[in-house]
Amino acid sequence: MIEISGVAKRFVLHNQGGVVLPVMEGAALSVQAGECVALVGASGAGKSTLMRMIWGNYRCDEGSIRVAGVELRDAEPRAVIALRRSKLGYVSQFLRVIPRVPTLDVVAEPLLAQGMDEAQAQARARAMLARLNIPERLWSLSPTTFSGGEQQRVNIARGFIQDWPVMLLDEPTASLDAGNRAVVLDLIREAKARGAAILGIFHDAEARAAVCDREVDVTGFTPARNAA
Amino acid sequence: MTPLLQVESLSKFYGNHLGCGDVNFTLWPGEVMGIVGESGSGKSTLLNCLAGHMAPDTGRVIFDTRTDGPRDTVTMTEPERRWLARTDWAFVHQNPRDGLRMNVSAGGNVGDRLMAVGARHYGDIRRQAQDWLGRVEIDQARIDDRPRAFSGGMQQRLQIARNLVTGPRLVFMDEPTGGLDVSVQARLLDLLRGLVRRLGLSAVIVTHDLAVVRLLADRLMVMKDGRVVEQGLTDQVLDDPQDAYTQLLVSSVLQV
Repeated sequence: MIEISGVAKRFVLHNQGGVVLPVMEGAALSVQAGECVALVGASGAGKSTLMRMIWGNYRCDEGSIRVAGVELRDAEPRAVIALRRSKLGYVSQFLRVIPRVPTLDVVAEPLLAQGMDEAQAQARARAMLARLNIPERLWSLSPTTFSGGEQQRVNIARGFIQDWPVMLLDEPTASLDAGNRAVVLDLIREAKARGAAILGIFHDAEARAAVCDREVDVTGFTPARNAA
Repeated sequence: MTPLLQVESLSKFYGNHLGCGDVNFTLWPGEVMGIVGESGSGKSTLLNCLAGHMAPDTGRVIFDTRTDGPRDTVTMTEPERRWLARTDWAFVHQNPRDGLRMNVSAGGNVGDRLMAVGARHYGDIRRQAQDWLGRVEIDQARIDDRPRAFSGGMQQRLQIARNLVTGPRLVFMDEPTGGLDVSVQARLLDLLRGLVRRLGLSAVIVTHDLAVVRLLADRLMVMKDGRVVEQGLTDQVLDDPQDAYTQLLVSSVLQV
């Protein structure tokens, strides 16, 4: 479901003397349906960069990134928009929402974007929020005022509300207590069981051991520093 | 699928001065495109050329009309263009005073658009006006008040109701949240996002506010000195800008 080969990425900083920073080369990996793969490597090795290239907010300079059959390199915006609407889900570390929009609507939104009717989408959002132990009295409030852990759970609820065929998870268990961590690991197992292909960054080694089938070390994709 | 709007080599000059030059893009049904750039970058000139308020000097603006399929709006007759402006297009001005009739009641402002496309039954018009005031979160008890008695945020919501009541397919917006308090902006953004999704609208939004485009637009065009310097998926342009000017623009935003 995710096929990456020969991927290279560099940043050109035009306003800082045109410095060219090569950050990745020769990246290759594949994730099959029903499989969960962890990206590992030291901080700064390029785990997040690779995730962003698969999500499409970082451009791919060389090589090929195919997600659910769609080539992302030089893809038209509408191809990426369609992919994100129906095939590719992303649980980022940070929640980015319109201020003052209630939590329930934030979580239901991906379903509405797909055309599900409002009552059904809200019912699913309620069930997901309850499962992640977000107290019902908070559902009508905007998550912008929530604690870090609560925001993270709203983010997870939004990410798992839809049965995405491909999922990207960026530290899904960070800042969660043991009980909520177990819920998230269950959600990941369920997603695998229905055939989702999952690629994630997990600093939490126990969580990684619990749900991941294998690891890919991105250190091998980091260009030699002296070349930079 | 047919593109809703196809813009080819569009240029507009003010004398020797370039307003906007060699703009090309294709907008598909349901897409929201943002245009950002500093004052004088040509973004409003481009919007006015797209919406038929201004004639470009060169280029084509092909709109997929309901009845005759794709037509170049630059070469069509003025009455044809006006008809499109009343039926298939909507234009939301930055200043609601430019888009509202300030001496006519709120209900009249909404009903006016309906009458312009042939509605004549008073009861139907009033019912639709009421329904739309509700959708833009204006108390229906205020249907007979004039917009000058409304706050800036309410006036802007009324302008949106007036524009959307006839079921347009393409909405042009010029700084729709400019001049509003941030708390009012947030509510308007949420409202716009909901309407765009529910009605399946396409939109072209001109703004200088990068936070607004991140929340509303699927794709983004960056303009400088009348030229398009970069365009693409909104989060790609903002998170991984390629052009020197875009990098400067993105890095100049104050973090809150």
